[in-house]
Amino acid sequence: MKLTFKDLRKKIYIFATEKTIGFTLISIFLGLVVGAIFLAAAGFNPFQAYGIILRGIFSKPSYISYTIVRATPLILTGLSVAFAFKTGLFNIGAEGQFIIGSVVATATGYFLHLPLLIHIPVVIISAVFAAGIWGGIAGYFKAKFGVHEVISTIMLNWIALYFQNFLIYTEGFQKPGGETSYSIQPTANMMILKTWKQSEAGREWLLQHPFWKDLLRTPLNWGFLIAVLMAILVWFILNKTALGYRLRAVGFNKFAAEYGGINVNKNMIISMFIAGGLAGLAGALQVVGVSHKVTLIAAMEGYGFDGIAVALIANSSAMGCILAGLLFGALKYGGAKIQPFMQAPSEVISIVIGSIVFFISIPKLIKVILSRKNKKGGSK
Amino acid sequence: MGYENVTQSLTKVIEMKKITKKFGDFVANDSVNLDVFKGKVHALLGENGAGKSTLMNILYGLYSPTSGEILINGKKVDITNPNIAIEHGIGMVHQHFMLIKPFTVAQNIILGQEPTSKMSVLNMKKALKDVKEISERYGLYVDPNAKIEDISVGMQQRVEILKALYRGAEILILDEPTAVLTPQEIVELIQIIKNLTKEGKSIILISHKLKEITAAADFCLIIRRGKHIDTVVVSETNEEGLASKMVGREVSFSVAKDDKESGDEIFSIKDLIVKDNRDIIAVDKLNLSVKKGEILGLAGIDGNGQTELLEAITGLRKVESGEIKINGENITNNTPFQVISKKISHIPEDRQKRGLVMDFDISENTILENYYKYPFAKRGVLQYDNIRIYAKELIDKFDVRPKEESKMARTLSGGNQQKVIIAREVTNNPDLLIAAQPTRGLDVGAIEFVHKALIEQRDNDKAVFLISFELDEIMNVSDRIAVIYEGKIVGIVDAKDAEVEKLGLMMAGGGNE
Repeated sequence: MKLTFKDLRKKIYIFATEKTIGFTLISIFLGLVVGAIFLAAAGFNPFQAYGIILRGIFSKPSYISYTIVRATPLILTGLSVAFAFKTGLFNIGAEGQFIIGSVVATATGYFLHLPLLIHIPVVIISAVFAAGIWGGIAGYFKAKFGVHEVISTIMLNWIALYFQNFLIYTEGFQKPGGETSYSIQPTANMMILKTWKQSEAGREWLLQHPFWKDLLRTPLNWGFLIAVLMAILVWFILNKTALGYRLRAVGFNKFAAEYGGINVNKNMIISMFIAGGLAGLAGALQVVGVSHKVTLIAAMEGYGFDGIAVALIANSSAMGCILAGLLFGALKYGGAKIQPFMQAPSEVISIVIGSIVFFISIPKLIKVILSRKNKKGGSK
Repeated sequence: MGYENVTQSLTKVIEMKKITKKFGDFVANDSVNLDVFKGKVHALLGENGAGKSTLMNILYGLYSPTSGEILINGKKVDITNPNIAIEHGIGMVHQHFMLIKPFTVAQNIILGQEPTSKMSVLNMKKALKDVKEISERYGLYVDPNAKIEDISVGMQQRVEILKALYRGAEILILDEPTAVLTPQEIVELIQIIKNLTKEGKSIILISHKLKEITAAADFCLIIRRGKHIDTVVVSETNEEGLASKMVGREVSFSVAKDDKESGDEIFSIKDLIVKDNRDIIAVDKLNLSVKKGEILGLAGIDGNGQTELLEAITGLRKVESGEIKINGENITNNTPFQVISKKISHIPEDRQKRGLVMDFDISENTILENYYKYPFAKRGVLQYDNIRIYAKELIDKFDVRPKEESKMARTLSGGNQQKVIIAREVTNNPDLLIAAQPTRGLDVGAIEFVHKALIEQRDNDKAVFLISFELDEIMNVSDRIAVIYEGKIVGIVDAKDAEVEKLGLMMAGGGNE
């Protein structure tokens, strides 16, 4: 019996130190432990708090759908950062690219009048393209003048933010009497079964089917599906195509790439364009699926910065970004509920997320923690 | 006489007994014994990846052995970290120096053990005096006030040795100390080693260069694939004997090569001017040509424009003026992509920086220039089945080990990394193959292989341009030898008529023209 317990500990150690997934899961667990310590220190029962969070995520169909809606932009900004990481670039600019995507989506969604099936693709493609250019600028600066992408993307974030605020105060775009833009045309709205939900027959059917009624109460939209498809596409491009080979070669070792005849500068610009496009897609989907407009923002909303954390938790793997984005969305949505239910500060969730990223950034720390446990187990 | 008899009267300062080190299933050291004697040089000889560094890292406290014991001055010790090793008088000079570049020589030497006066104020006067004292005692002359970034690699190595002596080292481990040195600096280093042993210090010399071992060492431990092969008295053996023990078979030093009539001129450089990173002219109106079916060797001391010349040819560096032609086509200031498409292949000087993507596996590295072409890609999608088949072929043909195409380049030994590059470049079937320092850091077996590959290219009527700092290599492999000095070709001789003294003189600027 004692021996098996020791074996188990050893197995956990190997799992955590030799497998990326094991290491990530242990980091998440430790992040939750740190959050629990903070809660306990503030006089709250951490088990009760985590219970509320879990129920807040899973106990109703609408909760799950809210979680998915919350996770969608984070998956995409996570993909944006992860894609840049894989090609040797640090895209701090997902935030600004997200803003450009949402502004362009709102503008094309409001000003253009197009049939239903054409409008949404036009809105999304133009937003992605604009945000791609926004990212590409940073790539171009790096290639042409050697400006580090961290510096240029931070600057571009602020330019994007004030550009949005500037537009909101522009006549024709600003909704009179509010600090927001006009809403997009119904043809550009991507909510699932939107018109049917409001129709007579729809309302009647939903009354008889409470599960669906609760689920569709939310701004559930096709965005999540698109995000998942994008993750698959990013994985495919990076690992299965000649373009991905080029980009990864530049990312791993630009000197060898250059020696092998690969145009390093061009590929840096392409990489930042794609990264920008992914973050811009997040912004566009947020507009067509959830908010339908842009509002005045006083500070960064954090979609892009959260994307950095998502990419780190996902270890820059495209598929990992889906899971990390869902985890993030769930913690943010579910975590907000501990405030009204037990008056515990929901900032604890930010501590949890911060701790997870912290543990993931220091693989050695976990090794030390676990190996000490191992030694104790052995001496008993 | 034999090892046992010779060493009977000597004092043992270190005994490593039956040291075994396992990493998972891999046995890096398998019951290795090493004795070091006071005032003697003990060499550690083995191929890349044979386990030399592992053994030394155990002695220096960086690894703990799986089994076995270490005795210092007859007492059993447990060296769990480098500080304990230093306490026991062991000092290590790593292959890659650990110096703070903007600091002066003296500041680097005293770092960590700074002499202080009252109130913990640094006593620089005493530091300078101490440094001067040890440097004079062992004939290790350095300028204590010079900054590290301003002194040569050879001088930096002296600083590393002084650092260890300053900490009271009685036993010095020198890890591949000559890998970065010029021939002249190597001669000086061997003199320094002699001075140190005269003063009673013991030295462990890690090397795979047989010449230095025969010149500097008293005894030599040979390990192969982690196993203890033999310990010999160096004066009772010779280079051939050591080499065959190291690789486990007979090795020939002379390169087997038939005479061959060279063909038409295929590659030419005219009045080439190239600047270096500091914007100073490094290649100065250089003229050169290579014929089909010949190996042209470029001899010269490091830093005479070889790197800039290479980079200019391969499109990695801008040409100021002049003309580079292959097959009659002008390729001056072409991009690397264009150069490759004109059938020029290049075994780069720095294999880890330029030659390989270390985080790609072997198969991905074999297609570095051709990844977008059929059969490796179809409509932009990589065809991994074909890539794997191709990689397997190359691995077999060029005997890359391990024979697994999915191994990361990072995990290969230096010799096998070089084999991957050579396999890739030769299989591209170039008209001109440029080989820059193709055997640097390789062991005897791998060097033999590389030389054969170059000669095979020549025998297939291709042109080969070999750049090397090893004069022996140039003289053995080339058909014609050009000597470069300060960015100019100062002489071209037929390899058959070449004499070491004459070439050496030309390399030093005392040309015959």
